[in-house]
Amino acid sequence: MEKAVQPASSSQWLLGALSLPRRWRLGAAPIIAGLLLLAIVLATLLAPLFVTHDPLAMEATKRLQPPSSEYLLGTDPYGRDMFSRVFYGGRVSLLIGVGAALVSIALGLIIGLIAGFFRTADAIIMRIMDSLMAIPAILLAIALVALSGASIGSVIIAITIPEIPRVVRLVRSVVLSAREEPYVEAATALGSSMPKILIQHLMPNTMAPLIVQGTYICASAILIEAILSFLGAGVSTEIPTWGNIMAEGRSYFQLNPGLIFWPGLMLSLCILSINLIGDTARDLLDPRLKKREA
Amino acid sequence: MRFNSRDFSNNKVVLDVRDLSVRLPNQPQVAPILNQVSLQIRAGETACLVGESGSGKSVTSLAVMGLLPKDALRVTGGGITLSGRNLLELTQKEMRAARARNMAMIFQEPMTALNPVMRVGDQIEEVLKVHGDLPQKARQERVLAIMEQVHLPDVRRVYASYPHQLSGGQRQRIMIAMALILEPELLIADEPTTALDVTTQGQILKLIAELQEKQDTAVLFITHDMGVVAEIADSVHVMKDGQVVEQAPVEQLLRQPREDYTRKLLKAVPSLIPRQERPETLSEPESQGEKVLQVQKLRKVYGGRGFFRRGEGTLAAEDVSFAITRGRTLGIVGESGSGKSTVARCVMRLIEPTDGQIVVAGSEIAQLSRQALRPHRRHIQIVFQDPFRSLNPRWKVGRSLVEGPVNYGASRQEAMQQAGDLMELVGLPREALGRYPHQFSGGQRQRIAIARAVAMKPDVLVADEAVSALDVSIQAQVLELLADIQEKLGVAILFITHDLRVAAQICDDILVMQNGKIVEYGPAGDVLANPRDAYTRALTDAAPGRGWDFANFRELQSA
Amino acid sequence: MLGYIIRRILAILPVLLIVAVIVFLMLRLSPGDPAAILAGDAATPAQIDRIRTELGLNDPLHVQFITWMGQLLQGDLGTSLISRTDVWTMIERRIDPTINIALLTIFISVMLAVPMGVIAAWKHRTWADYLVMTFSVLGFSIPVFVIGYIFISIFSLQLRWLPVQGYTAPSEDLLGFFQRAILPALTLATIYIALIARMTRASMLEVLNEDYIRTARAKGVSERDVLFRHALRNAAVPIMTIIGIGFALLIGGVVVTESVFNIPGIGRLTVDAILARDYPVIQAMILLTAGIYVLVNLLIDLSYSLIDPRIRY
Repeated sequence: MEKAVQPASSSQWLLGALSLPRRWRLGAAPIIAGLLLLAIVLATLLAPLFVTHDPLAMEATKRLQPPSSEYLLGTDPYGRDMFSRVFYGGRVSLLIGVGAALVSIALGLIIGLIAGFFRTADAIIMRIMDSLMAIPAILLAIALVALSGASIGSVIIAITIPEIPRVVRLVRSVVLSAREEPYVEAATALGSSMPKILIQHLMPNTMAPLIVQGTYICASAILIEAILSFLGAGVSTEIPTWGNIMAEGRSYFQLNPGLIFWPGLMLSLCILSINLIGDTARDLLDPRLKKREA
Repeated sequence: MRFNSRDFSNNKVVLDVRDLSVRLPNQPQVAPILNQVSLQIRAGETACLVGESGSGKSVTSLAVMGLLPKDALRVTGGGITLSGRNLLELTQKEMRAARARNMAMIFQEPMTALNPVMRVGDQIEEVLKVHGDLPQKARQERVLAIMEQVHLPDVRRVYASYPHQLSGGQRQRIMIAMALILEPELLIADEPTTALDVTTQGQILKLIAELQEKQDTAVLFITHDMGVVAEIADSVHVMKDGQVVEQAPVEQLLRQPREDYTRKLLKAVPSLIPRQERPETLSEPESQGEKVLQVQKLRKVYGGRGFFRRGEGTLAAEDVSFAITRGRTLGIVGESGSGKSTVARCVMRLIEPTDGQIVVAGSEIAQLSRQALRPHRRHIQIVFQDPFRSLNPRWKVGRSLVEGPVNYGASRQEAMQQAGDLMELVGLPREALGRYPHQFSGGQRQRIAIARAVAMKPDVLVADEAVSALDVSIQAQVLELLADIQEKLGVAILFITHDLRVAAQICDDILVMQNGKIVEYGPAGDVLANPRDAYTRALTDAAPGRGWDFANFRELQSA
Repeated sequence: MLGYIIRRILAILPVLLIVAVIVFLMLRLSPGDPAAILAGDAATPAQIDRIRTELGLNDPLHVQFITWMGQLLQGDLGTSLISRTDVWTMIERRIDPTINIALLTIFISVMLAVPMGVIAAWKHRTWADYLVMTFSVLGFSIPVFVIGYIFISIFSLQLRWLPVQGYTAPSEDLLGFFQRAILPALTLATIYIALIARMTRASMLEVLNEDYIRTARAKGVSERDVLFRHALRNAAVPIMTIIGIGFALLIGGVVVTESVFNIPGIGRLTVDAILARDYPVIQAMILLTAGIYVLVNLLIDLSYSLIDPRIRY
């Protein structure tokens, strides 16, 4: 007889469900990244507990102050405390990042499943997606915000729309390749209906790549938000976001580089840690994804 | 059957492997991959290294070539001596110089082993460029000469071809030319014919023997196929779990194997003698002679239609007609590209037949829409080749087994109950229903796939190369299981295979296909023993070791 | 081959048509009113309405679209609402700096990124690999304008090696061009290098696992030839693909970089037009960039057959 059946354990449920490799090899980088991201998220959420000033309060007499014990990172051109603004600013940036990731994954998943399974819809959907991809994301986003107004919601939508084609393509490619798997053909032979095959057999295959893609979209959304604000097409300047803080510091950059440096640093650390976590997730979930979405 | 029986004791020892051990680095607790492997090959000798997958055959050959994956495996003991030089002490540079000049290797997959973006002639020429300083002109002459020697046609054209423009056999000839152009003392061949069709395999084996004779090369030939061993080996080394368990001259090993493991391997080799003819009577008289699957003039053309596309498309099957009676097995035999799998997939309606009729359990299904087809699907089920992809990796086995019955109205509970019975039927414990596919071996998964198909109580079971991916001992068990199930349930089996030995073991009737057409169709005994068609004869003649009855350690006694 | 090229060019047309529809709908359905912008702040409703009729904005949507497409097909991109200049002329005046800097960027990126990726794959899991990957992930994580300001503050303000901002045409003063273009090009190149190096590494890692690489080593081929003769060419198709896809990123980056370095290119033109709701200019610029993107990717697709003989059309 062959090798005895291996015993099942509860941890293998997770391995089976996500088809993770048996051995987790985590280096130091993702752990540091995870802790860093956790710290940034907590710091922005708990900002009211430790910041020294109201981030919106302007002091006309205290414009562009250098760092001091009162203003830890100095003040901006309107006399607002940079230290408080940098932490408060993270809240909206993170909200936009997470929001854009969730919305684009949800919409992309639905459209991608339809495109992957129905040949007639596929041709039309993919032509539209190709066209959206042909418009540079930043240009499309600026145009959408500039034309529809500068609320947080419209910024999320503006960032989401250019991201959707990429999610659709990813979902569709996973569905198309999974359709060829013998176990899906076996399900057809067993008389399972199309919707059942789609949802029970094919959709779970898209989860791992979507988790990875979601982290990248989150990072890229935070970046695009900053660029939008920088170009003057972002969230209203009354709301502090990392992008807005830098945009307002732009003209005084030569006087006080800290106006761009500190929010830029926070933003970059945040995106860096999300990207590193995304890379780790990708390596763990599917090594072959490397080629599909580098 | 005539075995090689030349005497090499006066020839010099070319390769001498002594107590070679290979381990995973930094993991002393894991059992070694190779455990004190020793073997010797003399000039002109062919040593076969046989064993099932994971036995360490390929690791041995890569260790000799110095091509073990750098971080993954490490030689931890023993020595490898090539014509008196200890290879383990050579520097990287010396090792590179020794490759191709002193020892060369050919691999299993001639498609992937050649660089797809380089002309094959240049790939052979590169060997000369790396090892020596012949002028360009002389190099080309030399390459054309060796290409002639490996009997490639039209060598100037082939020289300028890319690998994808050549057939599998031609690619393997290129590999051989590349390996032997510098006349190395040692040639390592790692399953060089496994990926080839049986008729091509015969030619390649002959070619290797011919060049070996000419150059007096020592050949280390790795294979899992006992037929090939019987054809070409001088000496045989049987490996299991990283150890050599038995070494002997070929005839001695096949006639009087000493070790149990060797006997087990040989016993599992299916015989080429067709199974005993079965009378067409079954326990239930009313179903006697009932045709459960009838295929009439089936035709399949791939491609062809399309908005911007012109042309005919590729004809994959034409004028294919056959029928199977309840409780009997029909084998469709053919080489790659013969259209045998296309027929299976059309019959299953996994692809759309272009033309023809398919009658399953009395209903014509060839033209039904997907929706109208669903009620009929339960009558015909399939088992696929690759056991690692035929079960949903995210589903527990139980869920896979009840999927079909639940689709046809069974309650989950009764389906689960039945699934448990089926697990026992295919020789697995009932509790295994709660486990995931990755917790089973390949053979076990194939049993589960069979159980899943049988759960539908089908009239016809299609087995598409269902045992081809399995080691020979597992293969025998799965074949036995299929026969057993057929006896118990009276299901008809359509068995698709490229392997005549397997077909001989299980089929009542055999249908031979070539280039999409039927060339011969009749009772297994007639087709295999007295083939009428020239192609069928070529197929049976090419089956390696066909004069030997491996399981009984003696010449084949023709019935 | 020729038939394939023609088919591919024909296949571009629906993509561009859909882009045109998207842009058109986006602009027409947004709340702003170009007539009001054109009329200025002091205009009366009657004046605005007269302008609306003049511009055809009171026509049904499909009529407006057909009129606009008709003009487009005649090569008429319209007239700017703000400067009242022909849009073609505006683009012609501003396109030079953008093209020159973009070409410099692509050159720098490919020359640096491909060797970086090859070395990272070859020295997989060593410090060289980690260095390249660190650079790559940093390149993705720092906003392009922050990189721009960092470069300005180091090379222009601290070291005073280069001028801070502005642009000189290479035809006027070649050295001056490089002095002013090198920082914007490097800024733009950062993310492009990150992208290409990463893809080169991934693609090379995959190719280095292939059987034919083992064959090459079994022939005794040196490591350098294994990498550059055997592996790189096989890894090239995904690298080319990512260069094409990254082109969209580059166009986006141009918009930002031109603002940071105060370069009078079409990126700035576009941003200014969007912020001022200068509809004809926005429409023209989005169509133009989409057209360039599609064309570049078509050229890259067609070049695959030069690299890989298995790809035949």
